[in-house]
Amino acid sequence: MAWFEKSAEAPARVPTEAIWVVCPGCKAYIAKEAWRAADKVCPRCNHHDRLACRERVALLTDAGSFKELNAEVSFNDPLKFTDSSGAYADKAKANIAKAGVGESVLTGTAAIDKIPVVLAVMDFKFLGGSLGSGTGERILLAAEKAIALKRPLIIVSASGGARMHEGIVSLMQMAKTCAAIARVKEAGLPYLSILTDPTTGGVSASYAMVGDLNISEPKALIGFAGRRVIEQTIKQKLPDDFQTAEYTLAHGFLDHIVPRKEMKAFLAKVLRYAGF
Amino acid sequence: MAKNTQEKLSPWDIVQIARHAERPNIADYLRLLCDDFVELHGDRLFGDDRGMIGGFATIGGEKVVLIGHRKGRGVEENIEANFGMASPEGYRKAMRLMRLAEKYSLPVVTFVDTPGAYPGSEAEARGQAEAIAHNLEFMSTLKTPIVVVVTGEGGSGGALGIAVGDRILMLQNAVYSVISPEGCASILWRDGTKAALAAETLKITADSLKGLGIIDEIVPEPAGGAHADVTAAVAAVKKAVLANLAVLKKIPLDKLVEQRYAKFSAMGRF
Repeated sequence: MAWFEKSAEAPARVPTEAIWVVCPGCKAYIAKEAWRAADKVCPRCNHHDRLACRERVALLTDAGSFKELNAEVSFNDPLKFTDSSGAYADKAKANIAKAGVGESVLTGTAAIDKIPVVLAVMDFKFLGGSLGSGTGERILLAAEKAIALKRPLIIVSASGGARMHEGIVSLMQMAKTCAAIARVKEAGLPYLSILTDPTTGGVSASYAMVGDLNISEPKALIGFAGRRVIEQTIKQKLPDDFQTAEYTLAHGFLDHIVPRKEMKAFLAKVLRYAGF
Repeated sequence: MAKNTQEKLSPWDIVQIARHAERPNIADYLRLLCDDFVELHGDRLFGDDRGMIGGFATIGGEKVVLIGHRKGRGVEENIEANFGMASPEGYRKAMRLMRLAEKYSLPVVTFVDTPGAYPGSEAEARGQAEAIAHNLEFMSTLKTPIVVVVTGEGGSGGALGIAVGDRILMLQNAVYSVISPEGCASILWRDGTKAALAAETLKITADSLKGLGIIDEIVPEPAGGAHADVTAAVAAVKKAVLANLAVLKKIPLDKLVEQRYAKFSAMGRF
């Protein structure tokens, strides 16, 4: 065969999506059933794949205990923002349909091993988990609910950061959510922050980083600035482990890295130490 | 006449004025606006960030704690100040000084002028995200008046890290944005040359931000911009800061903190 001829790759045994999942970590083909049974954690390489908000809720809470709050709070379009790929309002509406949640965070009351909590879970599928005004409002209302019910607040973050399409209003959600978190702490209530893959930018620089405990999953990306921006700034390649959960823990900004299957029990244990 | 000139400026023009090399910087404000300044150094944890300056200051007889980003003038100063991009120790120094302000019952005045928090590997290692987040939380409950003045570039989280306050003032030709127009253009338009369009779309000028209810007051600038008449520009800032301090000092502290919470809670409710 001449060197320039493309070798015919055998297409005969390409697995179908119906049966297999390709692990984004090690590229291994994992049977879909096994993938689901392991809550999207790769049995080969321990890659913790991203979860939709409702999958995360199911994993962390007692069956049937979750009651959504403020479902009617959704995105706003204060800038009437349009870029080269279209209007923000259209994209946001499409994301509501796609992610099955009205904003990039799902909030509600729930029980974790019988301990009543207020829970907020972000969904990266909704515009990259970006922090919009609806996100900020839902988190503020969740924090106020925790205070009213005297319950711990738990936020599971998954976000690329602020939502550019809402401009300065998005930036202000960082201050708004942190003000609400400050009140939860003043009320003497626990605030546990779980930083999942990825938690970066304006979300890491606001509520995600100020938990009584900051908790993460193995290998989750956690950081302020993006890798590419930093590499351009320092004109050097960054090591592979830069901005991983393990790196963040080693630098003193995480309390614990907890495997997904142990997370619920870990939260319950911590909440009991906090007097619940 | 000055007004007519102003009306012709596009948001991108205003970005250029906000970044102008001769625009009054923190050193100019300290020199022309303060009767006295005692610089206080260090975050007590790691170092003394020269991109963030703070200390005791007297403005028109009013004793305050003044904190601001520092952009230098000229290459050497700018390298020392890291072009106004603060590191975690800068935000932590700011918090330390604000805590001191609360203890000594001094109001806080912050001057915001940064392209953004420093995006370097050491800043990440020392917790840039945590430093900013902690300030946001802390400033929301600080029991002393806080007046924020966006004097030049209000660059995203790096600006907000010292910009949670009771009154947010903004110079007429300052900008305040979640992302730089260039950054937004390269991400959302996939074309860095669309920065002027991004600047317009992002609504980052004082007029737009007043309209959105994010800032409270626009401080007028001399015709051509603050750099055209630094003395007059600084005088206008001084007048605005003193007027706002006078109002805030009359509000009982509990009520002040309550109002601050209400102010930021309302942002993003339409």
